[in-house]
Amino acid sequence: MPTKPTSVPTDWNYAPSPEGTSHIQLKKKYSLFINNEWVEPLSNTYYPTVNPATEEVLAEIAWANEADVDAAVRAARNAYENTWSQMPAHERGKYLYRIARMMQERAREFAVIETLDGGKTIRESRDVDVPLACNYFFYYAGWADKLEYAFPNQKIEPLGVAGQIIPWNFPLLMAAWKIAPALATGNTVVLKPSETTPLTALKLAEIIKDCGLPPGVVNIITGHGDTGAALVKHPDVNKIAFTGSTQVGKIIQRAVTGTNKKTTLELGGKSANIVFDDAPIDQAVEGIVNGIFFNQGHVCCAGSRLFVQENIAPVVIQKLKARMESLYVGDPLDKNTDIGAINSKEQLETIQKYIQIGINEGAEIFQTECALPTKGYFCKPTLFLNVAQSNVISQEEIFGPVLTIQTFRSIDEVIQKANNSPYGLAAGVWTDKGSRIFNLSTKLRAGVVWANTYNKFDPTSPFGGFKESGFGREGGLHGLSAYVKSE
Amino acid sequence: MEILKTYKIYIGGAFPRTESGRYYALLDSNGNTQANVCLCSKKDIRNAVVAARKAFGGWGERSAFNRSQILYRIAEMLNGRKAQFIEELTLQGSTQAQAEAEVSMAIDRIVYYAGWADKFVQVASSVNPVNSSHFNFSTLEPMGVVGVVAPANSSLIGLVSMVMPVLCGGNTVVGIASEKLPLCAVTFAEVLHTSDLPGGTVNILTGKTEEMLPTLAAHMDVNALVSEDLGPLNIPTALACVDNLKRKFQCDQDWMSRDAQNLQLITHFQEVKTTWHPIENIGGSSSSY
Repeated sequence: MPTKPTSVPTDWNYAPSPEGTSHIQLKKKYSLFINNEWVEPLSNTYYPTVNPATEEVLAEIAWANEADVDAAVRAARNAYENTWSQMPAHERGKYLYRIARMMQERAREFAVIETLDGGKTIRESRDVDVPLACNYFFYYAGWADKLEYAFPNQKIEPLGVAGQIIPWNFPLLMAAWKIAPALATGNTVVLKPSETTPLTALKLAEIIKDCGLPPGVVNIITGHGDTGAALVKHPDVNKIAFTGSTQVGKIIQRAVTGTNKKTTLELGGKSANIVFDDAPIDQAVEGIVNGIFFNQGHVCCAGSRLFVQENIAPVVIQKLKARMESLYVGDPLDKNTDIGAINSKEQLETIQKYIQIGINEGAEIFQTECALPTKGYFCKPTLFLNVAQSNVISQEEIFGPVLTIQTFRSIDEVIQKANNSPYGLAAGVWTDKGSRIFNLSTKLRAGVVWANTYNKFDPTSPFGGFKESGFGREGGLHGLSAYVKSE
Repeated sequence: MEILKTYKIYIGGAFPRTESGRYYALLDSNGNTQANVCLCSKKDIRNAVVAARKAFGGWGERSAFNRSQILYRIAEMLNGRKAQFIEELTLQGSTQAQAEAEVSMAIDRIVYYAGWADKFVQVASSVNPVNSSHFNFSTLEPMGVVGVVAPANSSLIGLVSMVMPVLCGGNTVVGIASEKLPLCAVTFAEVLHTSDLPGGTVNILTGKTEEMLPTLAAHMDVNALVSEDLGPLNIPTALACVDNLKRKFQCDQDWMSRDAQNLQLITHFQEVKTTWHPIENIGGSSSSY
């Protein structure tokens, strides 16, 4: 008779189950997408985009300079004045519906490219990023001819040309978050994807062209930080929408000071995930894992500060460690992989720097025993125990698979600890008691509160932060106001 | 022999003089001293922020109905001191007719926002039909401590019009009165003080805007700042606000206009909070109960 294992075995392995890459089409070289045409950058400069799981170059990408940015803004301005703002609203909506449908048709290709370029697991790009991105276009498509219901008693107008700068953690999804509401409200767009993950935005450009969107309504320019800075500074841009770090968000906000540019900033976080002693512990452990290890922890709202009620801390920590041991770290294209590659070498170094800081601060480290691939950028799922509120690792955003654990006794204590952060993006609460959920969800100073769940996103659900996590909301009814002005 | 009023400042529900001990004299058109007004310091600003932060928990969590009642009480108290405000306004250069119009507009404005206190959340919130088995709703919450720089050319209606929507939404206030027309601001603080408004919810300081504003704009525990066009102070103020991503709003309105009031002036100082909770799926959709 076989003996029952006393702990979770760590030597089980699934047979490899890699997603095929043969059906995707990638060009060797991508120029800039301006006026529905692929144009060579005036800078004459290209840089490589790399698969972070293999360190292989996927394609050469144009690096736009100020003159390229100017060409894109001029295209967007021309399209705004002459085409897009003249078009009946229901027609605008139909273009957005068409984009959504074409994305659905090519969903598999997008998912594979997202995984190749960014390192996230195919399971996440296939089941989360790509379908959600389509859904944002569907959702905002329907708003285009109903805006008077969103802004009763107000006369609203589009802003004009929106400059949109997006990060590398959800490349296609962030493009959808930005483009869909901007177009639905009648603006035109210059989008700048992150330098490390430009490919799905450039594939989206193919769809934009295929679906016959008038030239110049969406322009996509690639490059590094200087390209984004040129877009922020361009005098003919009316709106800057940025998702990224708080540090860069502040630079942008300073740069637009004294201009009439509107901004929305979706910035960093150090979100608290709070587990009470009456919570269903196994579900909470799944929520903790999803909160911090989803997308390798490259999530602005990651539940990176875990607070566990003291009397259940030993059992939660023990179950959490066991669950972490069962996480597969490795080939992002493999459908069994739980944790893929860290997005870039630079980010891996940042995470490793913080892990070292945590060790130096005297926190107790736990990492799983999984073997990491020899090539590519990978990081073991990491916990820090015995963490103090004053530790750097519990204050600064690490943006990787690194969780800090603190304990608490009373509700007042945990509210105070959770709110004691310059950030205020998200929070999680795990308890079986409804009245406690409403108490916590009211007192936690964060833009999104997940009660008995974590890291859920939806086009109808406004997302955005309090305090230094930025301002403005994306998604839902409230996300429309980021792209209109009220007379 | 008339008894003259000492104009003091309002911090944490008390009427101290400025900690700096400084004053400035307010002169009438003949050059006679009308009043010695407190010339507040950076330290007064910091004290006021501490008081406002302390008051925030209590005020923000009051029931909307109760906030509405207190706002209406402010209107009642102001109404009872009409004559005093009219006298102060004429002393500061208004005609009798202008003064009367300004005071009655101020009363109406307070009544307007008193009515909004238990309605704006309903109007601006949403239940979001997410594509998964979750109950999801977005509601509004006050931003926290809001700095209010009262319009320079208005003694009463400008301050009232800016403070009321902020207060209505559950925020607490650190207000800087008009430097050249400060008298009504201090008397308005006395109205607030007798209206069941908890101490520290609104704090009002007098003095030089250019002295106090940099401290208020850069203060890391202030969540938002509202002012009219500040001219040369616009850019330095906006830059200081970036340090903690303070929400900054500029509103330039003719506050004596009946239309210079709306829902957006309340929601500017609100954060949208979205809450998710799973919905248990027991019982099939076919059960028709």
